[in-house]
Amino acid sequence: MKASVIVFPGSNCDRDVQVALAAAIGGRTDNNDCVDMVWHGDSEMAKTDLIVLPGGFSYGDYLRSGAMSARSPIMREVVARAEQGVAVLGICNGFQVLTEAGLLPGALLPNAGLKFVCRDVQVRVENSQTPFTNAYEAGQTLRIPVAHHDGQYFVEADELSAMQERDQIAFRYCQDEKTGDSSRRANPNGSVDDIAGVFNKRKTVLGLMPHPERAADAIHGGTDGQALLSSLVSALA
Amino acid sequence: MKARVHVSFKSGVLDPQGKAIGLTLGNLGFDGVGEVRQGKLIELELTETDTATAQKSVEAMCEKLLANTVIENYTIELDDN
Repeated sequence: MKASVIVFPGSNCDRDVQVALAAAIGGRTDNNDCVDMVWHGDSEMAKTDLIVLPGGFSYGDYLRSGAMSARSPIMREVVARAEQGVAVLGICNGFQVLTEAGLLPGALLPNAGLKFVCRDVQVRVENSQTPFTNAYEAGQTLRIPVAHHDGQYFVEADELSAMQERDQIAFRYCQDEKTGDSSRRANPNGSVDDIAGVFNKRKTVLGLMPHPERAADAIHGGTDGQALLSSLVSALA
Repeated sequence: MKARVHVSFKSGVLDPQGKAIGLTLGNLGFDGVGEVRQGKLIELELTETDTATAQKSVEAMCEKLLANTVIENYTIELDDN
């Protein structure tokens, strides 16, 4: 299996996701041959089974988060591959880029609390019948970190109900059932319907605000994100 | 010709910055301020001299980049002085 990570000016989780993917695909973190790094200014990309748009602050979030990156040369190729059915995963800033590029519905607005939120959150897996989530159980809760300023997912009410009917909601923020901690709001950013991640209609594109690559190794303090990457490996390899 | 593009959130989209500005105006004693919405102003200098062509061209810029029409509205003002 071959994965490609798109690197925008201002991406800062590109290496993290490369290492986590190398571990998931090849079983080791010191051999990254299975993960290509692709510069945003390129207009061509080698054959690949998975495209990842990493977290970060591409173009300094100028104009709107993800707005500039969504119009970069490589994105024409990413859109073309997505249309062919190649799996595309956008994490945090990558999610913002995917909505700006029109590959996912809705948009990401500044957090309702106007603060940058950097902490672990609890999310519930809503649909486990996809290439991204097959190693999870539906209803399972995960502890994964978020780190964002513009994570408030918004979509018009009509579109939201259509997405719900098509099982396009991937993850929702939820209370921590293990600790019962209700002191902090489960939804860290005011997202509509507590949405933390969404699929496209075909379930071949996923965008999410939490960072699975930051919960993919015991040294991270949690490994709940690892199964998202291993789901992709079992679906695509 | 100069173009001024005003971009603002659609009604129904939460604008927390606008809310914070409204609260602060109230704290400063400015009564009678209803909802506050914060937007963006983008000024463009255009070489185009025909107003209709410029209007079309700036509309295309708004649709493709300057505004995200999922969450934002835009208005265009042209000034050919």
